[in-house]
Amino acid sequence: MIRNDVFQTLKPVISEHLVVCNIGAPSQELHAMDDQPSNFYMLGTMGLASSIGLGLAAAQAKPVIAIDGDGSVLTNLGTLATIGNNPQSNYTLLIIDNGSYGSTGDQPTYAGMNTDLAAVARACGAECVLTVSAEDTAQAVTDAIASDQMTIIVAKCESGNVKVPVIKTNPIVIRERFMEEVRK
Amino acid sequence: MATTMDHQIVEDLKSAGIDYITSVPCKQLAGVIEVLEETPEIMHMPSNKEDEGMGLCAGAFMGGMKPCIVMQNTALGVVVNTLATLIQFYQIPLPMLISYRGEVGEPVACQVEMALHTKAILNQMHIPTYHFHKPEDSAELPGILEYCQMASKPVAILCDATFWRASA
Repeated sequence: MIRNDVFQTLKPVISEHLVVCNIGAPSQELHAMDDQPSNFYMLGTMGLASSIGLGLAAAQAKPVIAIDGDGSVLTNLGTLATIGNNPQSNYTLLIIDNGSYGSTGDQPTYAGMNTDLAAVARACGAECVLTVSAEDTAQAVTDAIASDQMTIIVAKCESGNVKVPVIKTNPIVIRERFMEEVRK
Repeated sequence: MATTMDHQIVEDLKSAGIDYITSVPCKQLAGVIEVLEETPEIMHMPSNKEDEGMGLCAGAFMGGMKPCIVMQNTALGVVVNTLATLIQFYQIPLPMLISYRGEVGEPVACQVEMALHTKAILNQMHIPTYHFHKPEDSAELPGILEYCQMASKPVAILCDATFWRASA
């Protein structure tokens, strides 16, 4: 299974929830599959999905799912320490770990080599960290949303993208409709 | 040890409705950060790097809070992309309380190097910029914070060594 296959299984699980989605292919694939006002698509700024998700979870009570990638987490590795030291019970960080920089041509990341992001997250102080297969991801996210403990899920899947269009929605529209969902 | 000015700055932030602050420390900001730690009305969530901090602020804003980032001017070298593609692109109001290292009174030569680029970067990025040099300049802070929300833009408040020294 590649990222887009994981997304297909996640669709019924995350569709109704606040989702902050990583830049590039992940946002484009999510947008093409199931565009929702409750999705915040990052159109720029690699690495910050997990930070935006944490800030959002801290600011309000609804469940927040940040969909990040292994390459993006490596870009902003300090985020795991901030998350580990500021646990928010309504926060789920889903790291789609395909061992590659998917949006830029599937170049390998260190997470696909010697670096274990789940171990890093644990060492940063996060208490509930799971490594799951692509097939088990939807169930793990379902459980994480239902639990009242912050969960970091490292979902292992194969490298690869599907051809989908870039997101042309105006950033202010994305932000405004997302904030409307937050306020609901 | 926090000064009257440190307390006044945090009081102004509080009065402006700022309820979420992330910070990366600087010697000049130690007093402000100390006061923040004792201010329950403001959630203080330190970050490891300022671009990460701006991500936290963007999330807090979308969650209904009024964020602010406390940082050193050298970090403007870190956050150019984040300011352009997150804070400005999505029109997020973000006051940046910035210690202006490398100005007159600076003991560390290397700090001068980024001081030389500070206003140029802010100017290039069309970021409204205010420079507190004398203690009385800080009387503008409430107005600046209101202006930031009105404009939905990042706004820079540079506080130099002379300001901090005279405020001590």
